[in-house]
Amino acid sequence: MYRYDEFDREFVTSRVAQFGDQVERRLAGEITEEQFKPLRLMNGVYLQLHAYMLRVAIPYGTLSSRQLRMLAHIARTYDRGYGHFTTRQNMQFHWPALADIPAALADLASVEMHSIQTSGNCIRNVSADHFAGAAADEVADPRPYAEILRQWSSVHPEFIFLPRKFKIALTGAERDRAAIKTYDIGLHLKKDAEGRLGFAVWVGGGQGRTPLLAKKIRDFLPEQHLLSYITAIMRVYNLYGRRDNKWKARIKILVHETGAEEFARQVEAEWEKLKDSELKLADADIRAIEAYFAPPLLVDRPEGDEAVRLARLDSKSFSDWLDRNVFTHRHPDYASVTVSLKAIGETPGDISDSQMEAVADLAEKYGFDEARVSHEQNLVLPHVARADLKAVYDELVEIGLATANIGLITDIIACPGLDYCSLANARSIPVAQEISRRFASPERQADIGELKIKMSGCINACGHHHVGHIGILGVEKKGAELYQVTLGGSGDENASLGDIVGRGFGPDEIVDAVETIVDTYLAIRADKSETFLQAYRRIGPAPFREALYGREAKAA
Amino acid sequence: MKILAANRLRDGEAVWFSTERGWVRRIAEAEIALDKEAEERLAAAGQAGKRDNEIVDPELIDIEIVDGSVRPIRLRERIRAAGPTIRPDLGKQARPDFSAAA
Ligand code: SF4
Repeated sequence: MYRYDEFDREFVTSRVAQFGDQVERRLAGEITEEQFKPLRLMNGVYLQLHAYMLRVAIPYGTLSSRQLRMLAHIARTYDRGYGHFTTRQNMQFHWPALADIPAALADLASVEMHSIQTSGNCIRNVSADHFAGAAADEVADPRPYAEILRQWSSVHPEFIFLPRKFKIALTGAERDRAAIKTYDIGLHLKKDAEGRLGFAVWVGGGQGRTPLLAKKIRDFLPEQHLLSYITAIMRVYNLYGRRDNKWKARIKILVHETGAEEFARQVEAEWEKLKDSELKLADADIRAIEAYFAPPLLVDRPEGDEAVRLARLDSKSFSDWLDRNVFTHRHPDYASVTVSLKAIGETPGDISDSQMEAVADLAEKYGFDEARVSHEQNLVLPHVARADLKAVYDELVEIGLATANIGLITDIIACPGLDYCSLANARSIPVAQEISRRFASPERQADIGELKIKMSGCINACGHHHVGHIGILGVEKKGAELYQVTLGGSGDENASLGDIVGRGFGPDEIVDAVETIVDTYLAIRADKSETFLQAYRRIGPAPFREALYGREAKAA
Repeated sequence: MKILAANRLRDGEAVWFSTERGWVRRIAEAEIALDKEAEERLAAAGQAGKRDNEIVDPELIDIEIVDGSVRPIRLRERIRAAGPTIRPDLGKQARPDFSAAA
């Protein structure tokens, strides 16, 4: 894992001291809210409906046990005993008092964590595939490059006041588990014909009010040009991005209005001036960062196969969990385990302090001290010997985190919505909980197969509803909650935006509507192997509209 | 009918204004403005609260009276007055002095 050097440590510690001083002066009335607000936002402190919210950055979703324990400590000491993992692989605390936040940040700094650039119009926390460095299908670990981007973008003077916020995601595999096409910049790490590492560069993706998928502007960017090329993109954006209109200020609008080809031309022209500058990465520098991410020494554990085979015979629930929550590791004796934070009827992404500590213990005992946060609001233990899977499972059962539902209909993404968020129009969590309860039966879930429901409480789309197989967007209509449904979205390598199916549903209708959609899929699918998304792509929205709106649809 | 809502500076807790009691944690104690003049008085109290660094984001919100209790028109404000609907153990609703009518 990356460890802070002197510079990082000094930077984070001095920022904590600086913000502590700002909070003190604010509480003493020496600075006004207008002066203070941008300062607190730069440090990840928001004000929500019931309290302040502190958003802690988890760079590329990677955590050590020590860091996960510290998050538990923050939850217990300064919050209400729990935290919430977001689709940006961050953790949010919903209840800290402003007066306590400097102390919380000092505690976080002691384990090399912070909340810098988790808000504001700057380059935000860089995210990556949660199986990075472990997945069998990966070309190389994308996290060293994410770390290079993190270092480069932290308080980068040129890019700290961009037209709007800016998000970068990386994947090192063909199968995109980081949803890179929904990002301002998505980087796909790959090898060229000569075996050199580089990136396909995607630009201009984003959700929110105007959802757009990213366009590929370069098929192969050699790795040493990462910073020079991204700088060129940022310069074009900084120059031409719409600062006059918040709703048009994201780079996606610029790319869309300029056209991807012309935008790429502008970037290439800018890059010509930069590519041989000091921004060109020396091979030694890349390899030095890479060394921090060297995989743990995975000793062969060939007894795993037999152990798993026997344990499967012994326990159906373990067997189901293996099938759903365990992912292929590049070392055949190992596996990556997804710890579902979607127990039936619970809040997606929420985890208690003691659960965090228990997962930290598991990571320490069986997982080389490492955990990951996925953008789908689950935790991952990336390197677990197959021989230890049963032990890990048994301990997860103990703490209520062994739900076998990854990728199934109850593995729902939901933003905090109107239960916490001051921007929300409608609640997300209770709807997610009700859907989860409605489809609680493991047999029914298995029969339905892969189906991703994603839900947001407002058009900002933190819950990625545009790319949900079933997307749900909460809106406010005449003072009441209303839920709009989209179908056929997907955030993977074959990304697509969902189509609005028709008029919205009230809070007491939405779960029935989801059930109608699911039943329609079950009736029309070619056979059990055809997933919801495949069936939708084959047939389109008509049967779903018919089922949801009946005669109404025919008349229209 | 309107009341004045805000968040307390120190801890962000939702509060409402009452001339008698100042910034109160229970919506039941909020002062109700029945006319324009009273609304302006509340708005001025909001500005004063901001100036004195007691609260942030003061905002006049619409309410109705239901069974003798204050009930905000918008769900957002009702949730603010009680706490997250999915965690009845947290927020104002978890306190002994909470009146469910809000
Ligand atoms: S989508 Fe809207 S309601 Fe949900 S967390 Fe984001 S801003 Fe809040």
